[in-house]
Amino acid sequence: MLAFNFFGATEGGLFDINATLPLMAIQVVALTYILNSLFFKPVGNVVEKREKFVSNNIIEAKNKLSEVEKLEADLLTQLQSARTEAQRIVSEAEDESDKLYKEALELANNEANASKEKARLEIESQTSAARDQLSKQADDLSELIVNRLILEK
Amino acid sequence: MFFNSLLTNFAALEVGQHLYWQIGNIRLHGQVFLTSWILLGALLVFISLGTKKMENDPKGLQNLLEFLWDYIRDLARTQIGEKVYRDWMPFIGTLFLFVFVSNWGGALIPWRLIKLPSGELGAPTADINTTIALALLVSLSYFYAGLSNKGWRYFEYYVHPTPIMLPFKILEDFTKPLSLSFRLFGNILADELVVGVLVFLVPLILPIPVMFLGLFTSAIQALIFATLAAYYIGEAVEEHH
Repeated sequence: MLAFNFFGATEGGLFDINATLPLMAIQVVALTYILNSLFFKPVGNVVEKREKFVSNNIIEAKNKLSEVEKLEADLLTQLQSARTEAQRIVSEAEDESDKLYKEALELANNEANASKEKARLEIESQTSAARDQLSKQADDLSELIVNRLILEK
Repeated sequence: MFFNSLLTNFAALEVGQHLYWQIGNIRLHGQVFLTSWILLGALLVFISLGTKKMENDPKGLQNLLEFLWDYIRDLARTQIGEKVYRDWMPFIGTLFLFVFVSNWGGALIPWRLIKLPSGELGAPTADINTTIALALLVSLSYFYAGLSNKGWRYFEYYVHPTPIMLPFKILEDFTKPLSLSFRLFGNILADELVVGVLVFLVPLILPIPVMFLGLFTSAIQALIFATLAAYYIGEAVEEHH
């Protein structure tokens, strides 16, 4: 083997390079294979399986979240439309009741006017009838008075 | 020689002394392998305890291991890029764990209490052989990564902005492992030496802040080594147009 004996000693020294070197290299290569099968592979499998599991779960959760958000937006629009629909129905009903009230009021007014007119006409006719009768009676009475006066004379 | 006198002065620290194992006609630094086996054994026990019963809801050790895994993945992903980081993550992670466990093990465990016939136990990364081995593995890795991902087009990297860069890029192939190995080796050895000298001179209280600093450096060095290794690999597989 190579032997650098920098420190002057015929044997030993800090830079004594011998068969320790290749054997150590072989030992490290063997250790690499041992650690690969004992440590790197099994731990890697477990860690990567868990990482996959976690990332899958995150993706699934994200999908579910977006679905929930979509449903929420859907519900919100439904609620909105239901609200406007309700408003529309209420205002329609109000309009209708208003119309009905006005109609009824008009009808009642008309009726009242009609009956008032009728009553007025009746009163008028009765008044004229009474006046006719009165004038007739006055005529009769005046005739009677005239007759009496004429007769007494 | 100056260095020799320096060494004998720090005789109590036993710098550059090794526990030699002789197998056939090759010689090994026994203390490096002993500590690395103990530390890696502890690491493997820790990891097998943590991954024994993996659940979807992590508890206890599994939590810690998953945090570690995530940390290494982030490191590899940011340096190498989304496309091929998966292939290199075990290597980067092993470098990080090996360097980290070695550094911290060397700093935290009172190895000095165990007497060896020669040399002393310590961080495996305080031995130049270990750091050069790691650095050469990094070099091989980025060559392999570049060639396997881009084929011969990998060598476009050497003339990338302009062909003037060619000598510098070739030089870089040598400076990368050199700086990687010597940075780690120097930092950890220096830390051990500083703590050793301080303990030798003032055995009470005073070394404690330096020990904390050593723990900090050890962790940072592990991160630097792994990050640079990942960066070199990322550089090799990067597509530039």
